[in-house]
Amino acid sequence: MGIEPGRLQFSWVSSAESTKFVTVVREVTETIRALGPNQTFVKTMPKVA
Amino acid sequence: MLAYTEKIRDIARRLLKECRVDLVIGFQKGSMPMMNEPCLIRRPEDTDRLVWDSSCGINLANYLTDRKEKIAVVAKGCDSRNIVTHIIENKIRRDQLYIVGVPCGGMIDKRRVAAVYDGEILEVGEKDGSVIIKGRGFDGVLKKEEVMQQNCTLCTHRNPVICDEWVADRVDEQTGVDRYADVRAVESMGAQEKWRHFEDLLAPCIRCYACRNACPLCYCPTCFVDESRPQWVGKSQDPVDVRTFHFLRAYHCAGRCTDCGACERACPVGINMRVFTKKLEKDCLDLFGWEAGLSLEERPPLDTYRANDPDDFIR
Repeated sequence: MGIEPGRLQFSWVSSAESTKFVTVVREVTETIRALGPNQTFVKTMPKVA
Repeated sequence: MLAYTEKIRDIARRLLKECRVDLVIGFQKGSMPMMNEPCLIRRPEDTDRLVWDSSCGINLANYLTDRKEKIAVVAKGCDSRNIVTHIIENKIRRDQLYIVGVPCGGMIDKRRVAAVYDGEILEVGEKDGSVIIKGRGFDGVLKKEEVMQQNCTLCTHRNPVICDEWVADRVDEQTGVDRYADVRAVESMGAQEKWRHFEDLLAPCIRCYACRNACPLCYCPTCFVDESRPQWVGKSQDPVDVRTFHFLRAYHCAGRCTDCGACERACPVGINMRVFTKKLEKDCLDLFGWEAGLSLEERPPLDTYRANDPDDFIR
């Protein structure tokens, strides 16, 4: 659709899998930081409705 | 295809006289050429308003949802598949419907016809595969296959899949049709290129929602774009809002859209937004082997869970 691969990620983590949750969050945050600020889905028009 | 008009009128007259139905939904001539309107008839004397030609492009299944009467509806191939979807989704019951099935040869695209001529077109007729145009100060004849709607050129379900009375004999289905050539062209673009492509495609959009209003699948009492608490998507013409609307509407039609083309037909600025719904249609076919509206028994893919549903995108 035009969003860079890596910006949208899916993961299946149960509330009991706390270690996995921490790992996933850390990895996704790193990937997104590397990609930089989102340039595409950003509204530029002054706020209307 | 034009002899169908008499047959449709006869069927409608008979059904109303015998009180088999309370309402007949068909097509009537519009006030502009090539724009036939929906026609709701409750009395046998009014059935002469009904017509059939290659400008009957709107989807009459749009007018069925949540009705309580017994209804006879004129249905082309695509429309009949939307009727099946409505029955599956409980928007109308099968026993309320008397489906007058019309094997369809395709509809003409008013923009393609208008592009051929400079002046105003006053009248459009048809004869034996030709489209006869009378304009202000000019006349013309075109081959129908050269001015057909794109979705009709790619159609693989011309015959109604559900029918109580046939208006004519079945026509042959097209074979060897590549429905997704334009979708694959967009899929092969890189992220930046896709973004620009969608920006150009959707630039004229004025958020009139004609596409949504013409679509038989869009029957939500409060559409996601009208919701304000919470506001899911802005109403502005910011490119991001426009894209969100079109992408999300396509997702809501996933596994349900039959590519009837009513959305593109309705668009006042001529946007070819069917590429989005066709992408979802292709994905449903690839991922779930699903084609919309072919079976009254099977549940759609976004309705059911199967153990072998694709999940390679989940880590």
